[in-house]
Amino acid sequence: MNFRLKIWRQPNANTPGKLTDYEVRDISPNTSFLEMLDILNERLLERGEEPIAFDSDCREGICGTCALTVNGEAHGPDHPGAVCELYMRKFSDGATIIIEPFRVGAFPIVKDLVIDRSALDRIVQAGGFISARAGSAPEANSILIPKHNADLAMEAAACIGCGACAAACPNGSAMLFTAAKVSHLSFLPQGHPERESRVLKMVRVMDAEGFGNCTNTYECEAVCPAEISASFIAKLNREYARAALQRSAGE
Amino acid sequence: MIGTLDSKIPPGPLAQKWRSHRDHSRLVSPNNRRKFEIVVVGSGLAGGSAAATLGELGYRVRCFCFQDSARRAHSIAAQGGINAAKNYQNDGDSVYRLFHDTIKGGDFRSREANVYRLAEIANNIIDQCVAQGVPFAREYGGLLANRSFGGAQVSRTFYARGQTGQQLLLGCYQALCRQIAAGTVRMFPQTEMLDLVIVEGQAKGIITRSLRSGKIDRLPADAVVLATGGYGNVFYLSTNARGCNVTATYRAYKRGALFANPSFTQIHPTCIPVTGEHQSKLTLMSESLRNDGRVWVPKRKEDRNKSPGEIPEQDRDYYLERKYPSYGNLAPRDISSRAAKEVCDEGRGVGPGGRGVYLDFADAIKRLGENTIHERYGNLFEVYEKITGENAYKVPMRIYPAVHYTMGGLWVDYDLMSNVPGLFVIGEANFSDHGANRLGASALMQGLADGYFVLPNTLPNYLAGQMGKRPPPDSPEFREAEEDVRLRIEKLLKVNGRRSLDSFHRELGLLLWEKCGMSRHEKGLREALEKIPELREQFWRDVRVPGSEEDFNQSLERAGRVADFLEFAELMCLDALERDESAGAHFREEHQTPDGEALRDDENHAAVFAWEFQDSGQLPKLHREPLHFETVHLAQRSYK
Repeated sequence: MNFRLKIWRQPNANTPGKLTDYEVRDISPNTSFLEMLDILNERLLERGEEPIAFDSDCREGICGTCALTVNGEAHGPDHPGAVCELYMRKFSDGATIIIEPFRVGAFPIVKDLVIDRSALDRIVQAGGFISARAGSAPEANSILIPKHNADLAMEAAACIGCGACAAACPNGSAMLFTAAKVSHLSFLPQGHPERESRVLKMVRVMDAEGFGNCTNTYECEAVCPAEISASFIAKLNREYARAALQRSAGE
Repeated sequence: MIGTLDSKIPPGPLAQKWRSHRDHSRLVSPNNRRKFEIVVVGSGLAGGSAAATLGELGYRVRCFCFQDSARRAHSIAAQGGINAAKNYQNDGDSVYRLFHDTIKGGDFRSREANVYRLAEIANNIIDQCVAQGVPFAREYGGLLANRSFGGAQVSRTFYARGQTGQQLLLGCYQALCRQIAAGTVRMFPQTEMLDLVIVEGQAKGIITRSLRSGKIDRLPADAVVLATGGYGNVFYLSTNARGCNVTATYRAYKRGALFANPSFTQIHPTCIPVTGEHQSKLTLMSESLRNDGRVWVPKRKEDRNKSPGEIPEQDRDYYLERKYPSYGNLAPRDISSRAAKEVCDEGRGVGPGGRGVYLDFADAIKRLGENTIHERYGNLFEVYEKITGENAYKVPMRIYPAVHYTMGGLWVDYDLMSNVPGLFVIGEANFSDHGANRLGASALMQGLADGYFVLPNTLPNYLAGQMGKRPPPDSPEFREAEEDVRLRIEKLLKVNGRRSLDSFHRELGLLLWEKCGMSRHEKGLREALEKIPELREQFWRDVRVPGSEEDFNQSLERAGRVADFLEFAELMCLDALERDESAGAHFREEHQTPDGEALRDDENHAAVFAWEFQDSGQLPKLHREPLHFETVHLAQRSYK
């Protein structure tokens, strides 16, 4: 298969970038999208040009490192899945493919297609944890958790932290990411002692990092490789309202 | 130089060693802990849990990872589960049995005391993870659920769908985030360790390079903890993430740390077969699938191109069930992998290229219904469909073995300290607990045991004598180490040849897969030992590394790793050659039983092989640590 590519090239955060045209030929339909970029990079190297910088690591959709916008869609056309799980058989021969980084104000561009997502780490650092010091845990089966709640917690906890939700959102909102963590921990009894302070702090940092608000467009849910449901955003809103109310009532 | 290797196994009965060791180890008092700087390299299950726990205890910790976030370490990709001897299923499990299964699974090439401690601690890990909010699978009554894994006849594996590694790592990442917020841990993502600094014979810091800016830094510390994972990527194609590498442990080896059993490499039996030349990695299908999937190939070669539905039951060879009736499809990984290779070598392999076997769920779907199978393995079936375009609910999966885990690693004593005082090595990066073959669901167990419970209890034993001995960053040892790092980077950029990095790495990988992979023999290993130096020489003459050192330069970071693999590969082959027996995953064709199983030589080789780097082109020096078995009875492994 042959493809025409338009790829975002940008030397660093302070220099403006632009789309540059490339062509790749003789690509097997069983090649993954990132392997197609590997092949392009090998050819650029042979020609003495600088390879395109892009991030990836596990290449099986779980580490959340890869982050490309393909033809305007975060992670490309094959949802649900990270762009490393996208295969060239999903495109038609001769197609033109536009490849850009995730475009989010809170994710500055490092180089070409590589972005800085440390804002997501800072949201978790604000309170996305249960304080359980190693050595002080009770016997595991002393905490009973109904299967339904454990399953819901798992569904929320499946988030891979890629940031596609924010990239797809017209407001650049990280609500789905934050909601997934808040929901995961508040579905579990272990998460209850810090339930109120957690949601208040995480939302405060999320706002301070410059992420936008949620206006219920559900683009986040549509592109999420881990199929995190947008209903968790409703859960986040409830958790936030509950905590804010308790705080204002002085509890 | 190094005298006899002292593993420092505490005296006393096996079951009391760990307790009595803790009773007699030295401590650091709470008000003194903040005076110690600890460097932790790696943020996976071992490094992340160690950094978080040391932070909780009050030490000042700096944690480094090459990924852009600590949450992306490769532990995240572990699918199946984590073992513990809780005996929640009332099926006869115990700490002793978990210990015995692990040591037998490792084909009697690990230390009794280390493995027993691991089995003991496993129960605490489950408690700890539940307290952190890890959403393990549960039964309707709210109790924890279990499943079975290879090499065991009990159900002791805890799991979170097919994403157990992810959930355990996120638990540990969250604990780490809590410490970062508390100010006890400083996190340095996208930062790679490029050298170990030794001052007066003790590990006292590292040299790092920021992958983002290219900046090189000197980091003095009171102790250095390496948690940098395994070196499976030496084979180019493996189930490891693209960034996994041997650089940190190999740099430590070149500074005097011993490398133990480097040839012990686990080839996982259930991976998606290779499809093309440009494939960049192999994808694992969790071993848990073997609980319900049946492995088979056609009985006759002529049937191998037929579609599986056209091959009637009586013409199928369920070879694991046939050869190992009591363990069946749950035979250990090394045995299952070799059995797959054997049937493919006989020409009965399926799929393009004939390098594949079926993993068939038809019977399980008939018995349990598609819903139950979906609930147990849904995400794995989706991954399979994405990669192959096939629906495994309808047609059997095709699988083939692939490089997955490395049992070898830096040599450590019972305290997890290497022969270089002050250098601790935890998780997959050390050699300690899995012998010649790791059982499923044991890697997560070891990573977290080391990080949450072992290291925090053994590190003070060293630190107690080290108060005020941290050298300043401008001491000559730091200046020299930094200079070495700079020269090496310059050298890589200067070659300016014609060949790409990947072409060298692929060539090396293929060579190792053929000569030092699932089975090895003397002639092949000697050939590899001749070819590797030639390839290395070509690399330094003809590799092309574009860009500059003062920039975000992904080619440069990979170049350094490939250069280290090109040296390390030789050590692997040398170890495989020197170990003139078969043991677990190390299968020397010269040493097998009449029915083709690994044949150990306990009289001469019941030992850890630990290699010491020698300067100026000499061969590394071999040290043997004899393994003493006081509790288990050494026997030919049988899974029949």
